[in-house]
Amino acid sequence: MARLRVRLTFPPALIQEPIVYRLVKDFDIVINIRRAEVKADHGWIALELEADERALERGVKWLKDKGVQVDPIERDVIVP
Amino acid sequence: MEKLNGLRCRECGRHYAAAPIHVCEFCFGPLEVDYRYDVLKGVVTRESIAAGPPSMWRYKDLLPIEGDVAVGHHVGFTPLIRAQNLADELGCREIWVKNDSVCHPTWSFKDRVVAVAVTKAREFGFDTVACASTGNLANSVAAHAAEGRLKSYIFIPADLEQGKVLATLVYNPTLVAVHGTYDEVNRLCSEIADKYRWAFVNVNFRPYYSEGSKSHGFEIIEQLGWKTPGHIVVPCAGGSLITKIWKAIKELKTLGLIDGVSTKMHAAQALGCGPIVTMIKNDTDVLVPVRPSTIAKSLAIGNPADGYYAYKTAKESGGFGEHATDEEIVEGMLLLARTEGIFTETAGGVTVAAAKKLIERGVIPRDESIVLCITGNGLKTPDSLQDRLDAHVKIKPSLSAFDRALADLKSQTS
Repeated sequence: MARLRVRLTFPPALIQEPIVYRLVKDFDIVINIRRAEVKADHGWIALELEADERALERGVKWLKDKGVQVDPIERDVIVP
Repeated sequence: MEKLNGLRCRECGRHYAAAPIHVCEFCFGPLEVDYRYDVLKGVVTRESIAAGPPSMWRYKDLLPIEGDVAVGHHVGFTPLIRAQNLADELGCREIWVKNDSVCHPTWSFKDRVVAVAVTKAREFGFDTVACASTGNLANSVAAHAAEGRLKSYIFIPADLEQGKVLATLVYNPTLVAVHGTYDEVNRLCSEIADKYRWAFVNVNFRPYYSEGSKSHGFEIIEQLGWKTPGHIVVPCAGGSLITKIWKAIKELKTLGLIDGVSTKMHAAQALGCGPIVTMIKNDTDVLVPVRPSTIAKSLAIGNPADGYYAYKTAKESGGFGEHATDEEIVEGMLLLARTEGIFTETAGGVTVAAAKKLIERGVIPRDESIVLCITGNGLKTPDSLQDRLDAHVKIKPSLSAFDRALADLKSQTS
């Protein structure tokens, strides 16, 4: 099983969509939310994802295709 | 002297022993070094600091180093320059430039954070350091690793021009060019830091690394004669520097080394990558990530980890923030060069431009003291001025040609 600690940032258009539910159900990813903030026009979730590596890759790709920003928990790992 | 309590989560407050970790296992909040100020009070004095070396290590007691300094013995204690020509130009009474463009050894304030991170890496027994960087951080990690006889790995996106990495390659690190988007490289490096027992300076060593920035703040206050300025304008990328300068000032107050604190901390960012300043202007604690599009490459972090804390610092201190367009950034660089003879990189242009706008808008009163944080050297990235500068006079190699050109110049300026 692979493990990933990520921060998902949701643009306003996706706030009302059940993104996390789909991530669990469609990709068979175990999630563990640690911290989150969801407002009317913006939201983010810090969570741990656990699944086999291919499922994780597919899930992350699906998130990005939907317009969710997927960052490692540290966010700015690359520094100019 | 047992000066460290270990690490503490900035969100939930949980304590951890001092170790190469950076994220709270419970809430995923960032960890920060926690000091025992009761032990430090009375031991750290203005006199004890003045008796220290002319480098950032004169503040070693306030940095998370417990043994000897391993690398970067000459980092810091850069000039704080009274910039009267610039002040005259901007119609202000008192402007100071804290000039880290001449920080030893790689000409940026990153030497401060890396010297702490690499020294701490040695303290924890690591033999390899790493970072993902396209500029100043890569230069500094490779240089300090060389000095400390440590192995170093530098990760870059594969499409980066070769010319950009020469100033890193010269120190003989292992340079890993990763084919992929910025996001993919970012995530890969996070996973590498998680898997390998390396000191990834801005990942698992981030709590220690970022403390090095405090020395920039300590120096400003000491060099002003243990007085706090009215305003400090700080360029923001990840948002750590502004929070750490503020932390430094508060620590000096806690230790009784300064009296009242009336400094307002102002954030400077490029318009093409300014999520922190946008938070300040909109007065919201929600950071909306952006895709960077600016010539200020050294500030181009679209989703800054310390963005929230940088916003809080500006708010708490009563400061504000300002964006600078690419044109204003170049004008800022030229203004500092023309008035003070200091060639800064684009980040410095952002700082000067933002300060100018804050002064013109009356946010920073013209009769109060202002410190501008100049964090990097323009000689590293002269290409940012490509096509924007030209020789004034072009002549044939004869004295009469020069005489005519000089006469023309004088008639233009008279």
